[in-house]
Amino acid sequence: MEKHLFNYLLRLADSSLIIGHRLSEWCGHGPVLEEDIALTNISLDFVGRANSLYEYAGKIEEKGRTEDDLAYLRNEREFFNNLLAEQPNGDYAQTILRQYLTDAFEIHFYEALTKSKDETIAGIAAKSLKEIQYHLRHSSSWMLRLGDGTEESNRRLQNALNEIYRFTGSLFETDDNDSALTAAGIVPDLSVIQQLWQKDVDTMLEKAMLKKPENVWMQKGNLQGRHTEHLGYILAEMQSVHRAYPGVKW
Amino acid sequence: METIKLQENFDAKIDRGDMIEPKDWMPDDYRKTLIRQISQHAHSEIVGMLPEGNWITRAPSLRRKMVLLAKVQDEGGHGLYLYSAAETMGISRDEMIEQLHNGKAKYSSIFNYPTLTWADIGAIGWLVDGAAIMNQVMLQKTSYGPYSRAMVRICKEESFHQRQGYEIMSVLAAGTPEQKEMAQDALNRFWWPSLMMFGPPDASSPNTAQSMRWKIKRETNDELRQKFVDRTVPQAEFIGLKVPDKDLKWNEAKQSYDWGTPDWEEFNNVIKGNGPCNKERLAARVKAHEDGAWVREAAAAYAAKQQQKVAA
Amino acid sequence: MSNNNQGTLWEVFVQTKPGLPHKHCGSVHAPDKEMAIQNARDVYTRRSEGTSIWVVPAEAITASSPEDMGSFFEPANDKVYRHPTFYHVPEGVKYL
Repeated sequence: MEKHLFNYLLRLADSSLIIGHRLSEWCGHGPVLEEDIALTNISLDFVGRANSLYEYAGKIEEKGRTEDDLAYLRNEREFFNNLLAEQPNGDYAQTILRQYLTDAFEIHFYEALTKSKDETIAGIAAKSLKEIQYHLRHSSSWMLRLGDGTEESNRRLQNALNEIYRFTGSLFETDDNDSALTAAGIVPDLSVIQQLWQKDVDTMLEKAMLKKPENVWMQKGNLQGRHTEHLGYILAEMQSVHRAYPGVKW
Repeated sequence: METIKLQENFDAKIDRGDMIEPKDWMPDDYRKTLIRQISQHAHSEIVGMLPEGNWITRAPSLRRKMVLLAKVQDEGGHGLYLYSAAETMGISRDEMIEQLHNGKAKYSSIFNYPTLTWADIGAIGWLVDGAAIMNQVMLQKTSYGPYSRAMVRICKEESFHQRQGYEIMSVLAAGTPEQKEMAQDALNRFWWPSLMMFGPPDASSPNTAQSMRWKIKRETNDELRQKFVDRTVPQAEFIGLKVPDKDLKWNEAKQSYDWGTPDWEEFNNVIKGNGPCNKERLAARVKAHEDGAWVREAAAAYAAKQQQKVAA
Repeated sequence: MSNNNQGTLWEVFVQTKPGLPHKHCGSVHAPDKEMAIQNARDVYTRRSEGTSIWVVPAEAITASSPEDMGSFFEPANDKVYRHPTFYHVPEGVKYL
């Protein structure tokens, strides 16, 4: 069971870290100062959550790996984040859309996770849930403003949707690793979360005057550490200093 | 009231140490000086996000990553407070941004130097924020109310910035020989530019006397610079780093340091736009602004539509 | 529409603890009131400074003029009888 839990925690932590990292790329480059500050707040929530999850994963694993060992010393094929998280920021529409699709998933997922039989996970989830409520509020506000703003903003948001919707399937990927955890009441059943997510997303797309892409072939593979090419560059950048000076303190 | 009387009232207030508030009468030059200074200060915060932001994605630990993010975000917040303070004097944020982008408004020359290694993040926090704080602590008592209040808030928030920088430097200085070398190299590159942050020497600072008279500034450039040297040299020694100034010597009689002369020609050139990163910094700001135009338009269009719906 | 549109200026008032008055702490730009509240939250409560936020369009605020300072506020200076310490009460009397 410990091995399963460790794997699961890595998936959650990796997804948080990678999208947090992506959001941090906006710092100093936002479309308006207030928004720059808002995105950084959200980024900080994600990196902070990743930190707690890695810490717990390291404890469960009992090999003495720290949160930094887990974040900085694994390779592309050893990362299990969902594929949506690693997609490039693109224009602001793509960032907002990626965020909304993630938040709409996380709001249900982490709510369910607060009821986990594992107290540490339930605790991390409870703290995260409050943050996610705000993230969702922020991304939803912008979905409406971009969707129902100008012709250009609607077109950009629609383009982003056509481009990255195919990565949303990876939010709900599950394998044998999870079944024991779900049966033990430690993690939620993702198929239930998917239904809730789909309903919310459909409603939002309509309100934001967007057309849901039809017959999308969902990209998968992250549970086996198969990613889009983007992840390699994220890790190369993120881990460069840490790896150039092995074993030192920062 | 005729202008002479207004001027007398204003002078009396300044002499008593009263604050000037947005609706109070003030001489045109006082207003102009403040708009120039506050907007320059705001621009420095915003442009200052770039050299440090350069290392957010490469910060070597999760803790360092979070600290740096929070710090750079604070700079954004401080820019925002300062733009707001300037706006009370009747200039819009749009106008100020325009002046930054067309080169009419300046920002602190220090941000035109590149951040080449992780240690530069430590050096900036320790030295650049250290220098900035000396200036900002003084400005908490500046005579213009909104500027002073923004400064009080900024100083409260900035207090962790310098400490996190010094912490980075002290960890590196106590680390491997490579890490220590990285720290020393960062100190070597940022020491002189940090001293130049206080502005030109008093003898050639055209605005100092008037600004002191108006109590916009409460200490001169040279006074602040000397205070900075006196405080920072022992900090460097404490962690075993060497300040790159061959003329640096403790002066027992005046109980402070004697030290060398900054390269003012370099300073003037960096201000004129010839620093290593002037072009990149400005280009990054202009790009963010232009790329964000359609976002701001969309938000405004949405707001207008909602208002129409309410009105209908 | 201008490319420079930073949105309306809003004044921000933050309550730092339940029961205390809301206090002016600065301003933000935002296209509408919903975004103004969110921006105010992100800008002015980064260090858990708040329990409640008000935002008001800056142009909706009317302020007294400095010239009125005398006529507005000085007449109250000599009305000490509005303050409880104006009154003498025999020593030892309680609950007054």
